[in-house]
Amino acid sequence: MDLVATILVDGLIYAGWLFIVSVGLTLVFGVLNILNIAHGSLYAIGAYASASLVGVYFAAGGDAFPYGSYAALILAAVLVAVILGPLLERGLLRYFYGRDEVLNVLVTYAVFLILEDVMKLIWGVNPYFVYEPYTLLGTVEMGSLFYVGYDFAVIAAAIIVGLAVWLTLNRTQIGKVVLAVIHDAEISQTMGVNVKRIYLGAFMSGAFLAALGGALTAPMISVTPGLGVNVIIVAFAVVIIGGLGSVPGAAIGALMVGISRAASVHLLPEAELFIIYFVMAIVLVFRPEGLFAKTQARKI
Amino acid sequence: MMRFSVFTYAAIGFVALAAGAIVLPDWAMFLFAMALAKGLVCLGIVGMMRGGVVSFGQGLYYCLGAYTATLAANFLGVSDIFLLTLLSAAVCLLVGLIFGPLLSSYRGIFFAMLSLALSMVLYGSLSKMSFIGGTDGLNIGAPTFLGWAPEGRPLQTALYLYVVTIVVISGALMRVYFDSEQGLITQATRDNELRVEYLGASVRTVMAYNYAFGALLGGIGGTIAVLALGHVDPEFAFWTTSGEFVFVAILAGYLSVPAVFFAAIILELVRSFSSLYFPNTWQLSLGIFLLIVIVTLPSGLGSLVSRRKGQNT
Amino acid sequence: MSNGLLEVRDVQKTFGAVTAAKDISVSVPQGSIYSLIGSNGAGKTTFVNMVTGYIKPDAGTINFGGRNIAGLPPRQITRLGIHRSFQIAQLCNELTVEENMLVAGAIHGRTRPSFLRRSDDAQARERAMATLERFNIAEHRNRLIPELSGGVKKLLDIAMAMAGETQIMLLDEPTSGVAADEKFPIMDLVIDALRDEGVTVIFVEHDMDIVNRYSERVLAFYDGQIIADDTPDVVLSDTEVQRYVTGAPA
Ligand SMILES: Nc1ncnc2c1ncn2[C@@H]1O[C@H](COP(=O)(O)OP(=O)(O)OP(=O)(O)O)[C@@H](O)[C@H]1O
Ligand SMILES: [Mg+2]
Repeated sequence: MDLVATILVDGLIYAGWLFIVSVGLTLVFGVLNILNIAHGSLYAIGAYASASLVGVYFAAGGDAFPYGSYAALILAAVLVAVILGPLLERGLLRYFYGRDEVLNVLVTYAVFLILEDVMKLIWGVNPYFVYEPYTLLGTVEMGSLFYVGYDFAVIAAAIIVGLAVWLTLNRTQIGKVVLAVIHDAEISQTMGVNVKRIYLGAFMSGAFLAALGGALTAPMISVTPGLGVNVIIVAFAVVIIGGLGSVPGAAIGALMVGISRAASVHLLPEAELFIIYFVMAIVLVFRPEGLFAKTQARKI
Repeated sequence: MMRFSVFTYAAIGFVALAAGAIVLPDWAMFLFAMALAKGLVCLGIVGMMRGGVVSFGQGLYYCLGAYTATLAANFLGVSDIFLLTLLSAAVCLLVGLIFGPLLSSYRGIFFAMLSLALSMVLYGSLSKMSFIGGTDGLNIGAPTFLGWAPEGRPLQTALYLYVVTIVVISGALMRVYFDSEQGLITQATRDNELRVEYLGASVRTVMAYNYAFGALLGGIGGTIAVLALGHVDPEFAFWTTSGEFVFVAILAGYLSVPAVFFAAIILELVRSFSSLYFPNTWQLSLGIFLLIVIVTLPSGLGSLVSRRKGQNT
Repeated sequence: MSNGLLEVRDVQKTFGAVTAAKDISVSVPQGSIYSLIGSNGAGKTTFVNMVTGYIKPDAGTINFGGRNIAGLPPRQITRLGIHRSFQIAQLCNELTVEENMLVAGAIHGRTRPSFLRRSDDAQARERAMATLERFNIAEHRNRLIPELSGGVKKLLDIAMAMAGETQIMLLDEPTSGVAADEKFPIMDLVIDALRDEGVTVIFVEHDMDIVNRYSERVLAFYDGQIIADDTPDVVLSDTEVQRYVTGAPA
């Protein structure tokens, strides 16, 4: 198979993963106006939680029906969202709404630092491996190359996540309310919207998506401390490229970054580590607020 | 009210810090030297904060300065500390003058993330360059001081006094700048860019200046840090390093210059004590400390000593 | 007729479906006092914004001092001597009144703003105080902006704009947000100060008594167009103006 196709497939796989980890970040920013560094921690916690749950599943005789481990993955993400979402949003972030954006980045940086150690306290520093779900789907032959089926499952998951988020926002009643809150929280409040609930819901969804990204990744890697550090920076880049708060933007950003990185891996491996920032810088030069940001000239 | 001149304050500051050379034990002198070196980097961030932007990528210059000095020492055989400082300062200033105008039209999150991206590009590149150590980094020998080559405690003392001198000079110069006409224009920019443009000044120029000063200070800080540590690696440019610089800048606030170095010392103390007493949870302690600071001191430590009512609006 | 200090020719501007300026042509002679009237959204601020560079016209020219300034950025137009005030005063809220004035002084100083000279040295403060006194707001010098009344904010906004060499001053609703009994005193003060300096004035105003009293010529805007351009008596008794702008016969 030729290089272009290889780059495209690799790029799509990476983009799928990128989208899952970034869409929650952009959603949370859109609603709460907080760029959440702790998103990376939620990702890592999702990975640990799923490693644990999958481990428990197989220890409890899950071998009889190994596909159940996928449910364990998703359950792990749900648990993270349900436990940590309210804790962080109600317990901390809500006190910072409306404060300076950059200061709020620092607040979530503090949360990130705290959660890094909390993870070590809970899961220790030794790596966790749960490869079963990764091998379960076999391999896919494309031309002369073999791909792991699970990689394609990640692309599918990304598409499902993207559609679900988009449809919820644009085709449901609750989505309309969320969009109204994004547009103007104060006006929505006076029109009887329970803004608090929307904030909590949005943050929990974001936490779920972060944890889901981690949970889906856990079978592909060894889960070790420091997992969230790099993820958050990559996700930031994607979200900035797409335009903060834009779901389609996150999709386009993920595709651009995914494919550029795949291209760089195959064509110019030295550039792999910073191609992401390169793409981001180029986009920002031409669109200073990202691709899908709505820019408004201030009336004076 | 009687107003002491900047020079009086600088002299007092110098004497107070220099006394450390006599009273501080070895470990503390090293800690203070590192804290002050990092404080220089943070002072650069504070300069930008006065104009309303925060760079999350000062690790770029910290790292660039450190590598410039190390490469000059290892490949050009330069060991004189003044020459090394001058060299890395010049390189960083030059890079700052290139990126400054490019970044000067971005604000808020965008400025923060773009500057961070630049530092991550350096991190990524250095990690891949195995001929200069890759992720392991490089070692640098002890510096000489105009031909004098001390060792042991005298070396440490000399290095400490060197950083104290630079801190006092830079601090005084930045104070002069903050109080100057340009400094006031910077403050006005933070407040109302439209007004500044309509008075006929260029907001982008203001931003570019502050960025260049930040680059310069970052490079000097990096040089001193690598000389104190004897080693540099790409982590100098990693985002968590930059995150700590921002932490110190926020802790200090933008009102007071000494507060920056005070905050840097506090952070180093908190870090080393928590890694001593809570070896597995020092990040946790740091995070909690950071949250407490943000909640209790929204305008930073500087607001404790300055008369300005910073959050009165 | 190209002897005006400011010559606006066939200027156009649309925002999406909204026409904010259509075939706008005006010639403002040196030393004159013009007022702009029109209902909300008629395009008055857009006119001010185009002349001062905040908005670039889609088409047309704006000649000042022998050059077309349309599309230049505000800071360059300011440097040429065209200054403005704002419908909502644009001040630095974290600074005191005096410091705001010092900012203006630093930018318009005798030399380029310095990195070393204190912003509040004796000479700078003296200059700032002189301007504050000229606009009768010196007593507020140590107060922060949010504590000020609407009238004081407006005056400071104008005072800051006057720090440089002003040839033309565009005032966008100088009396909006000002207590009713302060409107005339403020206009007296401002117009006097501007006249003393020989400044050409263009002000936007909704109060027809003020228009009548202070302007020599009136431009009536409606839907992005100028529907009348004459002396106050003529414009205010124009039936079209009465129908679209002033509402009732003057
Ligand atoms: N930056 C902008 N973007 C989009 N539309 C604009 C912009 N500026 C002005 N408009 C529109 O252009 C029209 C003219 O506005 P303008 O501000 O010039 O009115 P005005 O005469 O100053 O009204 P007012 O008396 O309310 O100040 C309005 O419909 C306004 O909504
Ligand atoms: Mg208007």
